[in-house]
Amino acid sequence: MPELILDGRPLRVPDGTSVAAALALGGDGCARTSVSGQRRAPLCGMGICQECRVNIDGRRRLACQTLCRDGMHVETRP
Amino acid sequence: MSPEQTDVLIIGAGPAGLAAALAAASSTARIVLLDDNPLAGGQIWRDGPQAELPEQARSLRERVLGHPNVRHCPGTRVIASAGPNTLLVEDAERGWQIRYDKLILCTGARELLLPFPGWTLPGVTGAGGLQALIKAGLPVRDQALVIAGSGPLLLASAATARHNGARIVRIAEQAARGAVAGFAAQLPRWPHKLLQSFSLFDRQYRTGTHVLAALGSDRLEGVRLSQQGNIVEVACDRLACGFGLIPNSQLGQALGCALEQQALAVDGWQATSVAGVYAAGECSGFGGSELALVEGAIAGHAAVGEHPAAQALWTRRARWQGFARALNRAFALNPALKALATADTLVCRCEDVAYAELSGHVGWREAKLASRCGMGACQGRVCGAAVQHLFGWQPSAPRPPFSPARIETLLCLEDISS
Repeated sequence: MPELILDGRPLRVPDGTSVAAALALGGDGCARTSVSGQRRAPLCGMGICQECRVNIDGRRRLACQTLCRDGMHVETRP
Repeated sequence: MSPEQTDVLIIGAGPAGLAAALAAASSTARIVLLDDNPLAGGQIWRDGPQAELPEQARSLRERVLGHPNVRHCPGTRVIASAGPNTLLVEDAERGWQIRYDKLILCTGARELLLPFPGWTLPGVTGAGGLQALIKAGLPVRDQALVIAGSGPLLLASAATARHNGARIVRIAEQAARGAVAGFAAQLPRWPHKLLQSFSLFDRQYRTGTHVLAALGSDRLEGVRLSQQGNIVEVACDRLACGFGLIPNSQLGQALGCALEQQALAVDGWQATSVAGVYAAGECSGFGGSELALVEGAIAGHAAVGEHPAAQALWTRRARWQGFARALNRAFALNPALKALATADTLVCRCEDVAYAELSGHVGWREAKLASRCGMGACQGRVCGAAVQHLFGWQPSAPRPPFSPARIETLLCLEDISS
């Protein structure tokens, strides 16, 4: 059971959980803020739409195609 | 750094890619199997903490990934063409080039997502999208779900959601009752599919029903539906909406492969119009996992020159092609779905471009230059397909980088050419 840091808060999730699922397990499910300021959540679930892009350990990654790992830092803001 | 060399490069590790790898591996060919997901299996066989994988999927995956001739590269995307028979790819750690003799594209399909008021609210996903998210651990227990759009995927998505504790309050199929009933009546021709569809059937299923709007301010609170001619509102926590599948033809298109309708055009050997490049599975036209498996096997055998083994599978392919034709006829989209978006509905979710900014233009290129529609992170994969449906605009072949990439990866192009 990896423990990650989601927007500064620790979150433990089952093995094999995607970061996209973790967003909903530990927060409001949103991944990013759009260019006009709307909060957005994962849409396609399969690496196409880019709505779920988050900052993971300083790199922009797709939450739906990234598995949670111990010690991972995930940021959904700004 | 010199490119990695392989005999056969397969893009996509869903049913088609796995079957292609297994078929090609029966020769002595070296095979690289690349996939942008963290685990092999594609969409239909997506594994995860809340997924139930069929035995067939598990065993095929084990045979392929355990094969000494096959190198599996998960979490890896194709970024650009880097010269003849060479692709630039990137995973979470690094970028590198792969040079191949034969290329098999098994890039699958994505959902057709059409814009309607409120579709950008958190809580709205694709139909297959929700299923994929649930398999990977998204919690839906005790949540009220509306599943809308078109095709058998709605039932499959509902089944996964219910299995994980969700309450399905409505399944809205846009196709008319007659069309769906006609399709169901043909299913005895494919008994395995008949069994699947009965086990997926749901008493909340309504034909002739489509979404009008997702309701809510900061997050989804309900859905307005046109249900067999009446307007109804249903409270829910999630709306999963997808209008069928469209082939992921972009990479093939960028490599110069001809299209037939929206899919990559192939011959009897699953060969595309570009020498040495094959395509199999949903990217060459829909038909489900059974068709993808047989097409993948044909492509894999053909790519390593085993033509008799490939030809032996043609009858099986023809049988599943018949299923695909029946499916596509039954779930043809109602023209009313082109009128869901209002002036302020966002069509491009990457650049937040509203319908009104697009509707006056004559084509995709002009609209793009004036509004930035399709110029964001998804490179028009969502809005390009939507405007093709709404306005009939043909999206142009994608240009590299095919997906957002790191500068260090792009510098790998320079390494070898200089």
